[in-house]
Amino acid sequence: MQNMIRTWFKSGLPWVWLNAAAVALCLVMVIAVLGLVVVRGVGHFWPSSVQEYSYIEDNGSIKSLIGEHVDSSVMTAAMAISSGHKMTKDEDALVQYLVKTGNRDLIGTDFRWILQRNIKTQQEPEDLMVIERREWGNFYGRLVSVKENGRVIATGEQAWPVAQEKLDKALLIFKEIVRLEKKEIGAVNYQLERLRLKQRKLEIDHQWNAEAEKDLASEKVVYDEQYKKYQVQLAELYQKVRQDSLIAKIDNGSELEVTFAKIVKIYQPNAMNFFQRIGYFFGKAHEFLTDDPRESNTEGGIFPAIFGTIMMVIMMSIIVTPFGVIAAVYLREYAKQGFITRLIRIAVNNLAGVPSIVYGVFGLGFFVYILGGNIDKLFFPEAAPAPVYGTPGLLWASITLALLTLPVVIVSTEEGLSRIPKSIREGSLALGATKFETLWQTVLPMASPAMMTGLILAVARAAGEVAPLMLVGVVKLAPTLPLDGNFPFLHLDRKFMHLGFHIYDVGFQSPNVEAARPLVYATSLLLVLVILGLNLSAIIIRNRLREKYRALEG
Amino acid sequence: MTAQEVRTHGVDMNTLFQQHYGSEENNEISIRVENLNLYYGDNQALHNVTMDIVKKKVTAYIGPSGCGKSTLLRCINRMNDLVDNVTIDGKILLDNENIYDKSVNVAALRRRVGMVFQKPNPFPKSIFENVAYGLRIQGINDKRILAETVENALRGAALWDEMKDRLNDNALGMSGGQQQRLVIARAIAIEPEILLLDEPASALDPISTLKIEELINELKEKYTIVIVTHNMQQAARVSDYTAFMYLGELIEMGSTSELFTNPTKKQTEDYITGRYG
Repeated sequence: MQNMIRTWFKSGLPWVWLNAAAVALCLVMVIAVLGLVVVRGVGHFWPSSVQEYSYIEDNGSIKSLIGEHVDSSVMTAAMAISSGHKMTKDEDALVQYLVKTGNRDLIGTDFRWILQRNIKTQQEPEDLMVIERREWGNFYGRLVSVKENGRVIATGEQAWPVAQEKLDKALLIFKEIVRLEKKEIGAVNYQLERLRLKQRKLEIDHQWNAEAEKDLASEKVVYDEQYKKYQVQLAELYQKVRQDSLIAKIDNGSELEVTFAKIVKIYQPNAMNFFQRIGYFFGKAHEFLTDDPRESNTEGGIFPAIFGTIMMVIMMSIIVTPFGVIAAVYLREYAKQGFITRLIRIAVNNLAGVPSIVYGVFGLGFFVYILGGNIDKLFFPEAAPAPVYGTPGLLWASITLALLTLPVVIVSTEEGLSRIPKSIREGSLALGATKFETLWQTVLPMASPAMMTGLILAVARAAGEVAPLMLVGVVKLAPTLPLDGNFPFLHLDRKFMHLGFHIYDVGFQSPNVEAARPLVYATSLLLVLVILGLNLSAIIIRNRLREKYRALEG
Repeated sequence: MTAQEVRTHGVDMNTLFQQHYGSEENNEISIRVENLNLYYGDNQALHNVTMDIVKKKVTAYIGPSGCGKSTLLRCINRMNDLVDNVTIDGKILLDNENIYDKSVNVAALRRRVGMVFQKPNPFPKSIFENVAYGLRIQGINDKRILAETVENALRGAALWDEMKDRLNDNALGMSGGQQQRLVIARAIAIEPEILLLDEPASALDPISTLKIEELINELKEKYTIVIVTHNMQQAARVSDYTAFMYLGELIEMGSTSELFTNPTKKQTEDYITGRYG
């Protein structure tokens, strides 16, 4: 027996099994993470049915309760008793349901735990309606009537199609309002601010005279007029969008009037068939990807966060690649190999191990305050005391992350350079090329796949980094994107939103954690997808380069 | 000429050549190596080598592995500069100018002294770009000149007929023998005066080797060629002069036929008769 075990060990089979088990474990963990995130995140977009319970309250009265079933929990009798529930002898478990009842403006909370044993009946009536509102979260109830200019125009059965129609109209107007506010008025405001800064600059330079004043005033008049024009348009639109409303009844019988201006979507989930549900699902997913967030990020989309993340990663790549490559080329090709270069290499490698928050502190202290502060003093004295670059922003976040990922790029570029066969360099030198020409024409192109590998690792690290960003540029809600139609189009000084920070903010800093939880999963899924996308494109580029610069064998 | 005579002349090749070939032969000296010593750290690899290399002739270096023949070859275009920890003293005169002089532009020197290495080392570029590389380095980007030079160089390396339809293919897709001829084409595209061949056929099959040897025969019309080889038959076939080296010293140098049929030193005789090496 002992002999058999010994031969088994000697055959090496146990190690094969051990390795296989380790790989299997890794796979299981990755699949579990992705699976959880996908199921929880994607489920958020699916229209779940709305239940109407008739529920016996603690005081014995029977009440109607409308809401979505979100979660269940089972408690043993002992636990239930210790947490204050009354249990009869023959009950050995207490089942509770978490129900999303919405109507926060009327009841005060969105969610409620109910006891299964107190549910008398449970139905899914088709006329139950959900309203997604711009404020106060979801509304659950029944449609009573639709009003136009305060006059009821449809009730009962006819109310639903009329409400749909009215909402479509209102949404169109609302789109126009958003466009006016964000784009047109935004642009006018931007120009007015520019004029103010120009005036301030002239004042500082002591060139503020009657002539300059006249010039600026004539420019200002144009913008002021535009502004007034837009304001009038806006007021008209607002009036138009506010005149229609609907009346809805909630579970306790009280009625509520909601103007269509406040509504994003109305739907009757119980009346939907499978294809309508799929349509709703994709509509919701599309909204999530392309819309701005609402209600302190717990509703709506996360487009600014996606945009900010990608933007920052691209900026970081643009900054880190040349620096890393140049440093690696110097270390590997020009520097005399000895104690000092060894020391530098150790330092670079250790830099990769410094906690990222430390980079954040450095970025804030050095880039933002010292560098940015001095840039402001030198180039933007007119903006003072408001900072331009002396405050966290996209540029500083990108540079900080570039610093963070620099070691990765240096190390992999150096590795790539060391793998270029000596014969290739000699071949080039023997043709009368100088060392620099050899590097530029032959060695660097051949090492480009290795640089891309470094960049891929850098992107993977940077896109997932959150801690340093909180110090150097990421905010909970950025009013404008860093890229827009106002000259110079790319605003590196602006703060931006980031998926990683968004997850933290929605999941842990939100006033309505229950409501936001599915969003956390959905955002996580998206973050993974964004990183995957960025990496995949880099990998495709690298493989192309590899094919092109396939190094000599041996 | 008797063995005694050669022995007394030692390494004074000039006199030897003159005696041997008479004045009608062109034996203008292209490179003169004078008292060359080379050290890798504390390790001396070349001992006081002195020799002359005749213009537009093929000179072969033979000797056992590690005897310093490649090192000597690489001194002629200063390839040894790339190796850390090398010290060189002595002179190599190219047109009466010491190439180890401080004022010498190494890149310009290497344009005059081309080199082909043991293993084919084409760049991972197209065949055309490989040959045009040296010209592009010199800043020549005129399409017509490039096309013309590439064609001439490929013809010179007996590669044009095989490759004229594949000029834009990656050079790494060629066979080893073709790659080596491509490398030769690349070297002659910049019209050097001297070609250094460091065991150019050692990694090739017999047919490719034959082609390279034929090529060397053609190329000596235009270029001074120095070839390092392990293969004594090859040296006998392609070269006009042969130098035998042993342990970093130049033992004997003379016309190939003379050295192979009637070596003056015992070591040379031992080597070419296969007693060592």
